[in-house]
Amino acid sequence: MSGEGPAIQLEGVTKSFGSRKVLDDISIEVSEGTAFCLLGRSGTGKSVTLKHIIGLLQPDSGRVLVHGKDVSHMKGAELSEIRRSMGFLFQNAALFDSISVGENVAFPLRRHTDWGDDKIRQVAKAKLTDVGLEKDFDKMPADLSGGMKKRAGLARAMALDPDILLVDEPSAGLDPITADEIDELLVDLKHKGTTLVVVTHNIPSARHIGDELGFLHEGRLIARGSAADLERSDHDMVRTFMRSEGAG
Amino acid sequence: MTQRVGAAILAALAWTGDVFLFGLRALREAFRPPFEFGEIARHVYEIGWRSAPLIATSGFAIGVVLSMHTRASLERFGAEAMIPAGLALALIKETGPLTCGLLMSGRVGAGIGAELGAMKVTEQIDALEAVAVDSFKFLAVTRIIACIIAMPLLTSIMDFCGILGGYLAETSISGMSWELYFRRAFSLIEFDDFIPATLKTAVFGLIIGTVASYLGFTTTSGTEGVGQASTRSVVLASILIIVSNVVLVKFIFFMFPEPA
Repeated sequence: MSGEGPAIQLEGVTKSFGSRKVLDDISIEVSEGTAFCLLGRSGTGKSVTLKHIIGLLQPDSGRVLVHGKDVSHMKGAELSEIRRSMGFLFQNAALFDSISVGENVAFPLRRHTDWGDDKIRQVAKAKLTDVGLEKDFDKMPADLSGGMKKRAGLARAMALDPDILLVDEPSAGLDPITADEIDELLVDLKHKGTTLVVVTHNIPSARHIGDELGFLHEGRLIARGSAADLERSDHDMVRTFMRSEGAG
Repeated sequence: MTQRVGAAILAALAWTGDVFLFGLRALREAFRPPFEFGEIARHVYEIGWRSAPLIATSGFAIGVVLSMHTRASLERFGAEAMIPAGLALALIKETGPLTCGLLMSGRVGAGIGAELGAMKVTEQIDALEAVAVDSFKFLAVTRIIACIIAMPLLTSIMDFCGILGGYLAETSISGMSWELYFRRAFSLIEFDDFIPATLKTAVFGLIIGTVASYLGFTTTSGTEGVGQASTRSVVLASILIIVSNVVLVKFIFFMFPEPA
């Protein structure tokens, strides 16, 4: 690990939707410049955890600290300021469907920089090139495949060169070669100092990207550590999951 | 039975309260920086300019029909000379503003409800927040302000086209000249007739924008929810426009009493 201090801390986070407890006393710490991969079966609260980190959801109890600041009670300009230091790739990419792919990537730059149009387009094109979509700048999101949308979403998440990148299933729907390229991109970002939290079902990806892995089950973090630690876990499900090597 | 009715009334009151607070928040946010002038201008174009052909055509047709009805009624009293003034008064004071409001609740209310609803269920609203943009201000406030600005302008277009339609209907029957028709049409119209009746449509714009944005922002249940948001935007905005019109007309009569 190359970490210096915690970039992200979740302290006893509990969240319920109606009568269903989705997160139950979750505590996670992710050091600066490291990658934490969150594993688990579908519907166990992995995406909800990411949304807590960026302040889209607030915990019923517990705290979420980003760079030492509690985002769980932040609002307005303060929350906006801290969000500028984060990028978020949504599970379904969540591209703005009324503007082109290139403008999706340019959108955060237009909002948060005073750069001219030429430089914004240049940076947006560079980000699209990083994810292999350099020829798709002017296409509309509806014209892209699921995997291409995902890559465009990742380019948008990287647009402002965030300190923290939250990535929800980056390789879902991608062919193995593209998935490997995305993994390499994420590893490269980590080496450049970006803190990563990656939700994935792809065990080879998690092994490759993650400095630390965590396993969520029924809202509880039942295992955490290196890939080797999880392979030796006391929980059958964790060991089975790690052996599955499931893709995407 | 009584319990169910009571619960339904309470739910309706709670919904109305939520929408009211949503609208109040939008008005408050409209005066706080950052001001999204570019987005407001884009929506005025989308909502206003692109609705102009519909409003102009409808206004023209309403003018023709009103002229025929007015003629049929006034002919009985030998008061054909009053046809232009009667039509202009009816159109400017009530028919134009109300019809414009209802047409816009259909065209724009449905559009905003569906668009924001789709953005909600596909997490685009969350994505806006994730890139540090205030989604309420960027999506709802800009549309509500655009509706408030566009409605009086569209109502003026409807009034003008209605009078034009009335003229063409009248001249085809009586051969009345353009100059005479317009002189007679505006002989009884004061600014007090035109300004309050036209400006009240800004309230209709507030209602359309607020109801549709609220329903879009609170959409659940995937594509079915988007459809519901769109339909309910039209129905509820139309009902609120008709009901609020009663209050607004009473208010206008109070502020600008009719001369005895």
